[in-house]
Formats: sequence, structure tokens, C-alpha cells
Amino acid sequence: MDMNAKKKLGLKEKYALMTRNLGWETTYEPMDKVFPQMDYEGIRIHDWDKWEDPFRLTMDAYWKYQAEKEKKLYAIIDAYAQNNGHLNVTDARYINALKIFLSAVPSLEYNAHRGFARLGREMRGVGPQVACQMQAIDEIRHAQTQIHSLSNYNKFYNGFHDWKHMNDRVWYLSVPKSFFEDACTCGPFEFIIAIGFSFEYVLTNLVFMPFISGAAYNGDLGAMTFGFSAQSDEARHMTLGLEVIKFMLEQDPANLPIIQRWIDKWTWRGVRLLTIVAMLMDYMLPKRVMSWKEAWEVYFEENGMALFNDLARYGIKVPDCAALIKKEKDHISHQAWNAFYTAGMITNFHTWLPSEDEMNWLSSKYPDSFDKYYRPRFEYYRQREKEGKRFYNKTLPMLCQVCQIPMLFTEGDDPTLISYRQIEHKGDKYHFCSDHCQHIFEHEPEKYVEAWLPAHQIYQGNCFAEGADPTAPGFDPLKSVLDYWHLDFGRDNLDFEGSEDQKNFAAWRQQATTN
Amino acid sequence: MTIASIRPYGGTPKDTEDKFHGNRILYVGWDRHLMFYAPICFCIPPSMAFADFVAGPLAQAFGDHPQWAQIDWTKANWLRSNQPFSPDGAKSLHDNGLGHKEVLRLQTPDLQGIGGCAI
Amino acid sequence: MSNVFIALQANEDSRPIVDAILADNPGAVLNEQPAMVKIDVPGRMTIRRSSVEARIGREFDLQEMQVNLISLSGHVDETDEEFTLSCER
Repeated sequence: MDMNAKKKLGLKEKYALMTRNLGWETTYEPMDKVFPQMDYEGIRIHDWDKWEDPFRLTMDAYWKYQAEKEKKLYAIIDAYAQNNGHLNVTDARYINALKIFLSAVPSLEYNAHRGFARLGREMRGVGPQVACQMQAIDEIRHAQTQIHSLSNYNKFYNGFHDWKHMNDRVWYLSVPKSFFEDACTCGPFEFIIAIGFSFEYVLTNLVFMPFISGAAYNGDLGAMTFGFSAQSDEARHMTLGLEVIKFMLEQDPANLPIIQRWIDKWTWRGVRLLTIVAMLMDYMLPKRVMSWKEAWEVYFEENGMALFNDLARYGIKVPDCAALIKKEKDHISHQAWNAFYTAGMITNFHTWLPSEDEMNWLSSKYPDSFDKYYRPRFEYYRQREKEGKRFYNKTLPMLCQVCQIPMLFTEGDDPTLISYRQIEHKGDKYHFCSDHCQHIFEHEPEKYVEAWLPAHQIYQGNCFAEGADPTAPGFDPLKSVLDYWHLDFGRDNLDFEGSEDQKNFAAWRQQATTN
Repeated sequence: MTIASIRPYGGTPKDTEDKFHGNRILYVGWDRHLMFYAPICFCIPPSMAFADFVAGPLAQAFGDHPQWAQIDWTKANWLRSNQPFSPDGAKSLHDNGLGHKEVLRLQTPDLQGIGGCAI
Repeated sequence: MSNVFIALQANEDSRPIVDAILADNPGAVLNEQPAMVKIDVPGRMTIRRSSVEARIGREFDLQEMQVNLISLSGHVDETDEEFTLSCER
């Protein structure tokens, strides 16, 4: 690379020419009509030229380096596939983490692509336009590389076959789906705070650093390579997110309360969404790099709080939800696994009980909570399994109207009691998992009354298999809902123990290591 | 506060009672029995007697728990919307004042989950 | 003072960059994790083109780092000569 490159222009000069100087003041139409989305959220921008471009990446350099990343990535993916790399993962249980990843994340990336493509058009300043356009291309690349990498697993294992269909329908996948649709239906400034700042800057490190490093540790080169390749773009995205927030705060003091509310809302929305990542890290990686709690302490409490301290000079306060988050970090991964293990009849992946060794690891990482609250639960489930009575919860859960997560979170000060919050709005009752989800609803009830809550949709009769007749004698609603999800009962769901995946992996691994 | 949007926003509730074919949504959680990871969402005719609801759908949902059969119903308490509630078993859900999307919590002070561990 | 950090993929391209950072930034702490390295520095971190070039014996464009970069924190300032992360702009 660049061995003989003769630079004609300095970086700053080149950047100015190839970015800022591409913009112009329109004359046929007034600028306000060309950029009609800039006003209605209440954000005031006086001078777009004050925008600082932190990464001085021009489109020509962008294509060059992105092409190089892609070549590296596909070289690794090809080698991994050709070498039957899937048989080198630590344990076939791990593959279930990838099923969740595939059915949840590429759709988020794709929606991020749509959102930033829109912002690339709608932002009035040239600096953010170019940055948003690059980000839009990055995000579609992430969706594509994730799908390509994971398609290799679909050749061998169950549950990978219809991730997009499931993303739009399966009960728990409404959580990530509705998160991003909430962001995409915001105005451009809120979208960029939601995704560029709260999600990318404050939270994605938790997905792509400890979890993907964990994938590498578990022998999954496929996930490692798309994960790190994506996160290398995130570094630019985070920088954009931070720049946007500072720019808005510097432009007008009236922007502060609006931005504070968005930060409060989206930090909480993101934290709730990461519950599933907490579970992936603590329960689904057979070899563990660090616990969710440790990752949280490094990436949120240390880095995230440093960021909020820095923003304090603009008047930004640490979101109120931080107090509850601090209490919940000892609990959410265990509560989520308790939910999915017992709901294992309606999941598109397998579930299992942690082994004795794994429980000891969890005790050491969660000395204040695991042995007291969660180990007894898993031991009781183990006893039931031994008696041939593996517990499956056959009901539909009550969901939070905002985050759409089943109401599984407990009171901050009592991890044995579910946290219930409720209000009435225009004669109807609405329920929430927390004060923070309730406050989000109260601010924009018109938006959240329209939530597509899977449990309610099933009862309304909107989630049965095509052509099914719920009034026919012997109609089995559960079976019909699973058909509607394209979930194959007995193959895709239920316990890992005894699954086709478990048997195949063991047989293939044996074939790979013996004659 | 109304929503910030570029055009008027509908805000049509998705889960009003009329959409459930004559039934109502009723949520029930059993405090300190977290083998049931979240309160359960039922879809029930409002004309069903409260006692029939407990003996039928509720028992079906919770009956797999060994403490279900041990409940002393004279000591069990109910909360409706987090406030004390005394249902009349013979009356219908509707006549007990249970509207659409009501939430009930069952409290069994003598039974705090397996081994007292909220399981 | 808060830390800033940079994380790079653990590979041959990153090694001279990591060495340059450790040499040029007193207080830098190296944290090696599976497949990645993370370097934390209190307050401010500078990556110098000249330091990397001295280690690899060829011209180096700091933007080449994009290929192996995983994540970072702090405010970025990028010139031909230096890539700087700092807690405050």
C-alpha cells in the first residue's frame, strides 16, 4: 500500500476540496425547501460551516480502504468455509448465539443503512452529508458480510434458514426490530442521536469488542472477521455521533433540553436492547473472555461516563436511568437466560442449562447475585430434567409497551419481584417494565400506542399460518403460530440436549478427526 | 407533549378491546415464582366466572409449579394494578371490574417459591 | 483524568503501530485480548506517522490504520503527520 504514493495535497486541503467544496447554496429553490426536514424537531443550526470533520476521509480513500477490508474479510470467510471451520468452534452450543445474531442484527444494519442514506440527503451541511453517505454504505456492507459469513452455517445447522422472515414475526425479535423502527421514524436529528450517538458511541463497543473477541476465542473465525471488520467502520461512526452532538450543543443553547431528552431516551432504549447481548456473553459462549458485568464496567461505566463528564460543560447530565442500570448489571443476563430457557419451545435456537463449571464461573463473576438468586433456579431446573420433566413455559408473556421485552425485569432493590408500571391513556391501559420506558411513552404516546406487540397480535388472530382456520375442530394455535414463523418444531427449538445439531456436530467432528 | 413529525400523526391504538373477538386481555403474575419469567398474557371472555378462570386457564398456566397445588386460597392476596383487590369467585371477570388489559398479581405469603428462593 | 483508547486487530500490520503508540505515549497500557489489542492512555494519545515509518522502513499513510482499526474513544484529530485522540476537544 502507498509505497510510492506522492502526495500532491495535504490531508486537510484535499479533504476541503473533495468535501466542503462539493456543496453550494441553491438558487432555483430556497435552501429551506431543498432541506425541508431540518426544522420540525426544534433543533436550531445557525452555521453549518462550524462543523468540524474529525476523520478527514475522502471518498477516494474510503473506497480504497474499504475494498481492502472486504478482500481481507472474504479471504478469511473462504478459508474458513473451505476448511470446515464450523467444526472447530469450541462447542456446538455456541452456534446458537449465531442464530440469534443472524435473526436480529443484519436487519438492524440494513435499517441503519436506510436511515443514514436518508440523512445523507436531508442534512443541510456538506460535512455531515458526506459522513452519513459513507456510513450508509458501511451499514449495508455490514448486513451483507454478516449474511454471507453466517450463510455457511446454514448449510449444516438448523434455525438459520429464514432469518428475515423471522425477524419480521418471531415474538422476541420484535424487540430489535421495533427499536430500529422507532429510530427510523424519528426526525433526522433524533435519528443521529439515537443511532450515531447512543447506540454507536455508547453501546456498540459492547457488542463488537467483548462478544466478537469471544467469538474468536471460541474458534469462530467467520464471526470474528465480520465483527471486527464492521467495528472498524464503527470507529468512524462513533466519531460522527460525537461530533454531531457537540455541533448541535454549540450551535444554540435551546438545543440542550431536546438533546438531553433524546440522550436519556436512547441510552435507555439501547441498554434494554443489550439485555440479549448480556445473555449471549454470559451463557452462550462456551469459552468466556469476560463477563457481561465486566464488559459493562469497562465500556459503559468507564468510557461512557468519561464521555458524559466531557459533555457536562455543555450542560448535559448523565441520564437518570444510570442509577437503575447500575443495579441491574448483576441480574439481566441471568434473567434473560431464565426467560429463554423456559420459553425454549418458541425459540428459533436451542437452550440449555449451564454446567456446574459454568455456574461456578458465573458465581465468581457475580458474587452478589448468582448463588443467591440464579443458581437455585438452574439447580431446580436440572432436577426436573433428571426427572424427565424439563420445564417449558407454554404461555405468552406480558410485554412492555415500549421496549417490547417480556416483563422479566425486577425492581431495582428487589430482584425477586417483577417491576410493574402502568398508566392510562385515552381510556386504555398501558404497561411498562420500568419508569424509563413509561416516561418514553408519556412523551410520545401517539407513537407507542401503535406498537405491534407479538402476544397481542397472536391473540388478535394475525399470526397464524397462511390458510389456517382457527375455527376448525382440533385447531392447534401454538403449532399454527410456529408455522407462521417458519419455525420447525423439534428441529429448530427445544433443548440443545438431544437436538439434531448436537448429534450432527458430534458425528461430523468425529469424522473430521478420525479415518 | 405531541409527537414531533412532519405531517399529522395518526396514533391509532393497536390493541383496543374491539380487536380481540369478544375477549379481553388479562395479565396475571404470581409474585416470587420466577420459574414463570414474566406475567402471563391471557385472552379471555369477560363473562367467565373468576373462579372458573382460576381453575381453568390460570391453573393450566401455573399448575406445573409444585406450589400451585399447595396454595391456601384463604390466605392468598390479589393486587389489581398494584392495589389490593378482592375478587368474587362466583362473579364474572367483567362484574369483578376487570377491564381490558388489566393486570393482576397473585401473592401467596406462605409460598415464596421453591426453597423460598422465588423460583 | 479519563482514558482514551484505541483497539486494533492483533496482526502483523498492527504490531508496528502498537509499538509506536507505546513508545510515544507515556502511561500507555497495553491490554491483549483474544484477536485484538487495546491500548489505554490517560487524557491523550498520539500516533505519529514518522514513528510508524521508522519501524516498518517505508512510507506510511496514517489512514492505512482504517483496515485494522476496531474501535476508539475520544475526539479524533487527523493530519498527515499525526492521529490524535483526546478527552477534550
